[in-house]
Amino acid sequence: MASSHSSLRSPLGRVRGLGSAKEGVHHWWAQRVTAVALVPLIVWFVWSILSMADANFVEFTNWLYDPLNATLMILFIVAAFHHAQLGLQVVIEDYVSGHGLRIASILLVKLLCAGLGALAVVSILIVTFGG
Amino acid sequence: MVELSLPKNSQIKPGKTHKAAPGAKNIRNFKVYRYDPDTGENPRVDTYEVDMDACGPMVLDGLLKIKDEMDQTLTLRRSCREGICGSCAMNIDGRNTLACLKPIEECSGDVKVYPLPHMPVIKDLVPDLTQVYAQYESIEPWMKADTPAPPNGERMQSPEERAKLDGLWECILCFCCSTSCPSYWWNGDRYLGPAILLQAARWINDSRDEATGERLDNLEDPFRLYRCHTIMNCTQTCPKGLNPAKAIADIKMKMVERQG
Repeated sequence: MASSHSSLRSPLGRVRGLGSAKEGVHHWWAQRVTAVALVPLIVWFVWSILSMADANFVEFTNWLYDPLNATLMILFIVAAFHHAQLGLQVVIEDYVSGHGLRIASILLVKLLCAGLGALAVVSILIVTFGG
Repeated sequence: MVELSLPKNSQIKPGKTHKAAPGAKNIRNFKVYRYDPDTGENPRVDTYEVDMDACGPMVLDGLLKIKDEMDQTLTLRRSCREGICGSCAMNIDGRNTLACLKPIEECSGDVKVYPLPHMPVIKDLVPDLTQVYAQYESIEPWMKADTPAPPNGERMQSPEERAKLDGLWECILCFCCSTSCPSYWWNGDRYLGPAILLQAARWINDSRDEATGERLDNLEDPFRLYRCHTIMNCTQTCPKGLNPAKAIADIKMKMVERQG
């Protein structure tokens, strides 16, 4: 709002700005798809972890060795990290107004989510195939 | 970055108290935001003791009584006094509404009156609407059709097609909704806000308009449309009982619908 007083550009010119990005529906839809996917995945994940509360390391890796469990675990990791980076991007766009800082923080969040997600998936694969 | 330290003029100081005429028995206190950017002074809240035995029932009646009889420097917009012009939109008792439709007796305790939140203030209760009007212009709120209008009559519309405009055409552009939306507060320079998006939906849903796709193109933007996070303040505050949140959701659904 403050910038509106320092520029002599017309209000309509300011509002039109750089134009529509013609983008946003995929981001919005991906957020919904991952949210829907996470509902059963989180229920399954929490139920599985609780039911193995007393399990030791071998029992846990045996559980993850099961193809169904490994698949669901990978799906859970991918959906969760994808959903997280989509949501965090929106939060950053909401609250970080400086253009440079906004781009830098979005980049950081995306790289972190991709890195941590890949680390988790590779760990699962090592347990499943390398164990 | 987020502004952690607020500008100096955001601090509101206590103001003057204007006493009611002697003999007034039924007094209600009006606490009214006063600010004149030209003076360089901070905003203040003045107290007016209004004699309710000689005052109309609505908050606007109280404000006009104050302006007519107690303090002529009080500045506000008003015109129709029946909820159809949208001029007297302000924040009353903590909620954006029209002063002419808000009964004084519905206010709890003192009647607290502030301008619409998060807009530049021209003076007292008058916000600067330059930006929202420009945003309204940006959605091109007029019929766009390549097919020439019939030479001997109006463009036809079935009753069912006309019914799709109900809940949209009634908007009076008072901007109670947009100025109640936190997303519009933080990113109002790029997010169009609920009032303008409801108006956009009014043209998108008009069966006579032939520019629906172009209108959707212009809205498909992370900021213009997708800053709406379904907070629903807009719908809760609308003094006309409309549902801007639903209008925005409809636009989002149409964006998905045209994908495949």
